[in-house]
Amino acid sequence: MPPTHYDVIIIGAGMSGLAAAIRLAYFNKKVLVLERHYAAGGLNSFYALGGHQFDVGLHAVTNYVPPGTRGAPLTKIYRQLRLTPEDFGLVPQHQSEVRFPETTLRFTNDFEFFVQEVIENFPAQKDNFMRLVRHIREYNELDLDAKPLSGRQVVSSFLTDPLLIDMLFCPLMIYGNAEEHDMEFGQFVVMFKSVFCEGLARPREGVRRIITVLRRKVREVGGTVRMKCGVKALRVESGRVKSVELDNGETLTADVILSSAGYVETMRLCSDCAPEKFSRLAGRMSFVEIISVLDKPMKALGHDTTIIFYNTGKEFHYEAPADLVDPRSGVICCSGNFLYDKPLSQNMIRFTCLANFDRWAALSEPDYIHAKAEWLPRIHQEVLKFVPDFRDHIVFTDCFTPRTIKHWTGHANGAVYGTPRKLKTGRTHLDNLFICGNDQGFLGIIGAMLSGISMANLHVLKK
Amino acid sequence: MTNDQIKQAVVQIISVIAPDEDLSHLKSDVALRDQLELDSMDFLDIVMELRKRYKVEVPESDYPQLASLDSCVTYLAPKLKDK
Repeated sequence: MPPTHYDVIIIGAGMSGLAAAIRLAYFNKKVLVLERHYAAGGLNSFYALGGHQFDVGLHAVTNYVPPGTRGAPLTKIYRQLRLTPEDFGLVPQHQSEVRFPETTLRFTNDFEFFVQEVIENFPAQKDNFMRLVRHIREYNELDLDAKPLSGRQVVSSFLTDPLLIDMLFCPLMIYGNAEEHDMEFGQFVVMFKSVFCEGLARPREGVRRIITVLRRKVREVGGTVRMKCGVKALRVESGRVKSVELDNGETLTADVILSSAGYVETMRLCSDCAPEKFSRLAGRMSFVEIISVLDKPMKALGHDTTIIFYNTGKEFHYEAPADLVDPRSGVICCSGNFLYDKPLSQNMIRFTCLANFDRWAALSEPDYIHAKAEWLPRIHQEVLKFVPDFRDHIVFTDCFTPRTIKHWTGHANGAVYGTPRKLKTGRTHLDNLFICGNDQGFLGIIGAMLSGISMANLHVLKK
Repeated sequence: MTNDQIKQAVVQIISVIAPDEDLSHLKSDVALRDQLELDSMDFLDIVMELRKRYKVEVPESDYPQLASLDSCVTYLAPKLKDK
């Protein structure tokens, strides 16, 4: 019997893979999504533990604009996936902060508010900042052929206060930068627009709502998703993927393969590639996250800020730390502090800090458990500089590390944002293999969906 | 299809692609882009929907022919006359 043939096989049932599948199946392509795990979502998945519901990657959905806002990425996604704002049920944030020693910049979903904050805190930088904003607004970050520029260099050509520069880079790097120290300017623009110009929101039900909607839509338009079905190898012959070999020994064929597994990870699947050749391209930025369920909302403790990006050092360092964790900077997110019409039934606070994959990966199982227990109070100590003491209200705590991320996403080094070398056009050395998702270069949940849509349009539908 | 039916078919397609747009006052002789917020992704979708619904192929070089409702009718009439 010949192997089953598809128009398109998509590797990974994350946001980008599911979005691509919706586009392709809607336009009558025979589509199969292959997902190694039993849960969909990839980097943005969800799980239950100890009777509590947790989100993996999601603090907030960036790129939030009110329904009906023209030309915004979120509006494009609703249109392209034939969805409505009601499907995602996004609830806007209250107010967030970037906090450095002695200086705080608050921001809401109203960009003018943030501009005023910058001007009040950095009056001497007013004109420079306004020129930078104009440059960002006019910059076409969707140009797939743009050449990479150093974000630090470009931003420093406008701003002269290193503190303001660090305070802008801190949240944008933590929320989407694969590179250490610097950030490609196009990526900086994508993140600046999605966090500051647009804004933050969250569905009441967390990321599961979005994933559930996407999966329902894939089904409705006739696409197939196979869970617990990993890809073992892509068999290459004369410059094309000839067949797809699954972990279970099955072989499938397809005209086009769209992979959201990551660039390095996808190359490692190709039978014509030496895996070690690509290792140096793997990203290094990974995180630990501590999520605590509380018996009270943080609001009741006097804290109503949605997200705090903090840095306690003199300068902001964005790099894989030497130690297991770098608690000097990070994110504090209260999922209860969005503008819901009624409070959530589950109160939570989560802390995210940079972490070193190699260090975590090298630990034996007992040492691993010990390290988690040891870092928890150290991170608490740091974040208590910014939030009221919640420790007596902890009901349950879970913690994930770079090791957990590697396990669930297959990303080399547990690199949350993939390789620093993005492939904007999605093209690889093979004629019928394309990359979508993280490593194509659009970021965040909305970016991931936009990536799946764009790559499906460009490499399949437009042909 | 008659010219009127073709026009209606295109408006129907736009209403699916951009349900957030008010299409009740569309002028046939004015470019769609000047009346609606439609980007290149949306134009690709008009073409894709025409293919999906009516098996009509519109090569990329002909996209400019779909600029207004009137030009859509002129361009699509020969392709849709038997449908």
